Amino acid sequence: MRLKLPIMIAAAFVLAACSTASEEAANSGSSGAADTAAVQATPDPQVSRSTGPEPGSQADLVANVGDRVFFEFDKFSLKPESRAAVERWSAWLKTYPNVTVTLEGHADERGTREYNLALGERRANAAREYMVSLGIDPNRLRVVSFGKERPAVIGSTDTAYSQNRRSVLAVN
Amino acid sequence: MKTITKAYRVLILALILPALQIAGAARAELVIDITRGNVEPLPIAIPAFIEAKPEAARYAKDIAAVVTADLERSGLFTAVDPRAFIETPTDLFVRPNFNNWRVLNAQALVVGRADIPADGQLRVEFRLWDIFSQQALSGVTLTTVQTNWRSLAHKIADEIYERITGESSYFDTRVVYISETGPPDARIKRLSIMDADGARHQFLTDGSNLVLTPRFSTTSQEITYLSYENNQPRVYLYNINTGEQEVLGDFPGMTFAPRFSPDGNSVIMSLAEQGNTDIHVMDLRTRQVKRLTRNPAIDTAPSFSPDGRRVVFESDRGGSQQLYIMSAAGEGVQRISFGQGRYGTPVWSPRGDLIAFTKIYQGAFHIGVMRTDGSGERLLTKGFLVEGPTWAPNGRVLMFYRQTPSDAVGKGGESRLFSIDLTGFNEREVITPLDGSDPAWSPLVP
Repeated sequence: MRLKLPIMIAAAFVLAACSTASEEAANSGSSGAADTAAVQATPDPQVSRSTGPEPGSQADLVANVGDRVFFEFDKFSLKPESRAAVERWSAWLKTYPNVTVTLEGHADERGTREYNLALGERRANAAREYMVSLGIDPNRLRVVSFGKERPAVIGSTDTAYSQNRRSVLAVN
Repeated sequence: MKTITKAYRVLILALILPALQIAGAARAELVIDITRGNVEPLPIAIPAFIEAKPEAARYAKDIAAVVTADLERSGLFTAVDPRAFIETPTDLFVRPNFNNWRVLNAQALVVGRADIPADGQLRVEFRLWDIFSQQALSGVTLTTVQTNWRSLAHKIADEIYERITGESSYFDTRVVYISETGPPDARIKRLSIMDADGARHQFLTDGSNLVLTPRFSTTSQEITYLSYENNQPRVYLYNINTGEQEVLGDFPGMTFAPRFSPDGNSVIMSLAEQGNTDIHVMDLRTRQVKRLTRNPAIDTAPSFSPDGRRVVFESDRGGSQQLYIMSAAGEGVQRISFGQGRYGTPVWSPRGDLIAFTKIYQGAFHIGVMRTDGSGERLLTKGFLVEGPTWAPNGRVLMFYRQTPSDAVGKGGESRLFSIDLTGFNEREVITPLDGSDPAWSPLVP
């Protein structure tokens, strides 16, 4: 069923090409299923065959939709680009109705531990609420806050902090 | 003898008072007081204890060393260098030649004797002498199993501290904390316990689950903490004697920031559910849960007053993270922090008079204290990241952790435990095998 539609095969090629540029799936912690063949920067005129990420997997999400949205300092409201990203998450989840996910909430290191746990929960929940309003079954969405315990980017810099104030969609 | 004891108390108070007076003068205004100065410590001579028999020799020497280290760490005492000693005590029951100690400038002398009687226990007697009055201030005999000799040594140091300062002591105590290792983005954290001087260190969990914010029961050998078992952050109980761990309650969301009530019968904690964090309290006997706050803001980090009647917590209900006090039933919420910056992790002093906190102001983190009405704020130390104060049971010393900034390849980011006097003086690292954070001080070991 997955590869029945030719358009999906085409999409898989295009998206596999995108995947080199997008964030590596290693961050997600569940990249096992991904097996992307090397894609050259300049497309070869020959027909090459590559296997894209398994549809509905974390690697697929990372490569084709993006798995995270970012927040302002001490804020948990979704920015316009984040709303658009959450809308893509919702569409993706509708494509794979059997997939359940965990919404992780994270904070940068410039807050106290307990407050950041609460703030992370708010951030994960902001995405969750919007997804539910878009018609995603809340039973498919679990929320977990890591506070400041799991930075995505190491370093005590504003750039790192802006990448660490995030909510991440993780396929269960 | 009474008057001499008082004289020592006056001396120690004279050391402590200036900082307290600054606190008094600072009423209702924000004073950043992290000025350091030298406190003049009291010279004390602690020769190796007398060994009643050769088997006791090791204890005779080691106990004196632990007593010396405890007293020196307090910052209130300085040990006279044993190489300067003119005589070495050989008999507990002979009055010392006080002139031999006076010329060394010693103001107090500890003479002890370690024995291992027929029952195989360790038995230690000691005398605390006032060099000037030539009086014994204290004489106590302590007995324990040999393996527990460190606890016995701490109790001797506690007795000396209490006799000379007139304050309750804090040496025979333990610290539970989070041991850390690994890169900042994949930190391995383990529940760990040690004596307050860092000795007898033990890892209590294996690091397979992320654990945070352990807190001691004030009445039993239990710890409450946050664990991510099954990737579900929940409040747990850990029994130190049995090693058993138990999740507390069956909540729909994350439970975190736990602390025991002073009577040990309940745990107060936060529950985060659907984007809202409120404070709840669970009775450990009936397992019934009572919700104490109902506010769309973040309400977390609750801490009971020592009489159990009030709770201090942090909330951003006013727009930024600040400290609030309410009754133990959740009524009469009042904001107490009004300085500039954000305030978190409030902890009520065991003496009841002060609240310690973490403050974030102008890009730096501070550890500070304020009175329970929010007046008299004093900042004790600051840094890139200092956080999570915990009180010694006598309310005179605080422990916290200090983390350094990290660079893009993960260098830096070290996290270490420190203790500091309530006066802001005498900041010292508490040495741990790996990195450390989230310390919590136990009550005095009975």
